Amino acid sequence: MRAMFVRDVRLALRRKADTLGAAFFFVIVVSLFPLGVGPETELLRRMGAGIVWVAALLASMLAMPRLFADDAADGTLEQMLLSTTPLPLLVLAKVAAHWLVSGLLLVAVSPVLALQFGLQGPAIGVLLMSLLLGTPVLSLVGAIGAALTVGVRGAAVLLSLLVLPLVTPVLIFGAGAVDSAASGLGFQAQFSLLGAMLALGLFAAPWAAAAALRISLD
Amino acid sequence: MSGHRINWFYFAAPQRFYPLAGMAVPWFAALGVILAAIGLVMGLGLAPTDFQQGDSYRIIFIHVPVSWMSMVLYVAMAFWAGVGLVFNTRLASMLAQAIAPTGALMAFLSLWTGALWGRPTWGTWWVWDARLTSELILLFLYIGYLSLRGAIEDERRADRASALLALVGVVNVPIIYFSVKWWNTLHQGASVSVTKGSSMATIMLNAMLIMALAFWMYAFAVVLTRVRRIILERESGAAWTRAYLSDRSPS
Amino acid sequence: MRRSIGRSGSRVRAVLVVKDLEARRGRRVLFTALSLAAAQGQLLRVQGANGAGKTTLLRMLVGLSTPTAGTVLWCGQPIAGQREVFHRDLVYLGHAAALKDDLTAMENLQAMGLQGGDRFSPPEAGTALAAAGLRGREHLPARVLSQGQRRRVALARLALSGPRRLWVLDEPFNALDTAATEWLAGLLREHLADGGIVVLTSHQPVPVDGAHEQVSVPL
Repeated sequence: MRAMFVRDVRLALRRKADTLGAAFFFVIVVSLFPLGVGPETELLRRMGAGIVWVAALLASMLAMPRLFADDAADGTLEQMLLSTTPLPLLVLAKVAAHWLVSGLLLVAVSPVLALQFGLQGPAIGVLLMSLLLGTPVLSLVGAIGAALTVGVRGAAVLLSLLVLPLVTPVLIFGAGAVDSAASGLGFQAQFSLLGAMLALGLFAAPWAAAAALRISLD
Repeated sequence: MSGHRINWFYFAAPQRFYPLAGMAVPWFAALGVILAAIGLVMGLGLAPTDFQQGDSYRIIFIHVPVSWMSMVLYVAMAFWAGVGLVFNTRLASMLAQAIAPTGALMAFLSLWTGALWGRPTWGTWWVWDARLTSELILLFLYIGYLSLRGAIEDERRADRASALLALVGVVNVPIIYFSVKWWNTLHQGASVSVTKGSSMATIMLNAMLIMALAFWMYAFAVVLTRVRRIILERESGAAWTRAYLSDRSPS
Repeated sequence: MRRSIGRSGSRVRAVLVVKDLEARRGRRVLFTALSLAAAQGQLLRVQGANGAGKTTLLRMLVGLSTPTAGTVLWCGQPIAGQREVFHRDLVYLGHAAALKDDLTAMENLQAMGLQGGDRFSPPEAGTALAAAGLRGREHLPARVLSQGQRRRVALARLALSGPRRLWVLDEPFNALDTAATEWLAGLLREHLADGGIVVLTSHQPVPVDGAHEQVSVPL
């Protein structure tokens, strides 16, 4: 399992252009919103958390097909299904590696974007934490979508269509936590719910994605 | 003679289910029409005018039943898809495939009637109330299921993949509903509630229940008709379908 | 040097049995009521025109594809119920060479090994690659290797497959020159002599001498 994780990280690092693409998309999308809704400071401050979160969702979905697409194309995915390591563990290792080079990057970039929207210090911290908890959940649920759409025409768009409705709770509580913090209310409730979703995702998503892989490669 | 034991799996073969479904459709259709007639008379004619909302509230006699149906059908779809996945049977997957479009239609009608209700009540075509928003996400889940089915060419893979998606969806629906409800109360949005502000007259409840049953009968009739078409399509290589179709072609 | 199967008394006799297998592609039936058996030291060669279902059959034998009907039994047990145990006894090489372009030949071989549960040390892997005719190329990214060289990297795994008794190979002789063909034939002979089983597809007869049973499975 550790070998798969290391292998994937090594591969991602050798193909930096792919992994940075989603991060650039994230930045661009966030920057488009003020152009669309106007530069009014107060409006942007109120919308900031939601915009950053939606953009993070979209960027994650964009990066998701890469999880299995390359392996499917060169035949290594088949070999994964024949491994002696249980497939859900291999999937978990791949998702972890994938998140490390894409999701984590989004988290790292988010404070800068938050400043663009005039979010204050504590709110930025909460945004960072909410993304740190939430982006792994996006990757985990996204993995199920990626596994279902392996080798299908138009997989990227289809994947987003399938996964985005399922991850609306993450969006609601992630952005909600920041708004709560900004209004001076507590955000523990949202964080515990995000944590619970992460725990559920870690447990159930690799298993569902493994089942989906066996279905897709049948 | 040996005693008769009911073989529940007898009708699990598409070949045998086909005529059974065919016989059942007219009955469901008739029941649907009768119940709808009763329900509409009760709802549109006999139920009293609402104290707050006037007569425009009567759209709920369609709105609430179709909302219920959209959720019931999603669960039914996930159930049959799951059965098809676990037991590797074709008919169960075909049933799920047949249910999906009707379920999506119910979800869409729910949103549409919700909008029609909202317009006279709050002056806007759409409100982000918890139930309507959840209904919208449910519609997206249906669309996702149908899109996945449509994108995968191999039928067995489409069956199984969409079954997995439906099962993941059905597990997610309570989570989604809960989070949307929380989101709505936090932002203090409007609430499209049937019972709020006015007590539910018994006749209103009865009318809604009858309309719900009417839509259920409609759903049965439509789904069974659709599954018959799907059976003919997907079993087109089998001897019985070819014989059946050549029997019916004009000589 | 090469780990051998050995005659472990506690292990069940290796035998592959297929009963009434049926495969469909869409609405077309590829094959139906297919039964076969392979015992220790036997080589099964699956023949048929392109599209007849050879690859489908091989994938069903290893559990990648689910048959519409029938069962595959390894050592008396259906493979569905004993997935991890079965995989430990198996090497499957599909059509594609299954190499990551960005990893070197050496890295690829080691990664494949780890996934299968084996740890290949660099000297071991190096020797296997050298035997495959890739000495001096172990540290090149797989991207720059030719078709034949890529296949040889994948096949090098067979030399290191140790106690795995079932080899299922899809068109292993594809893109191999004479020397490599002879090398692969040697590997197959050794494996069969050790009591292993081989199932493969090939357009030409397999250059393994008649001392080992060759059974043809026409599709």
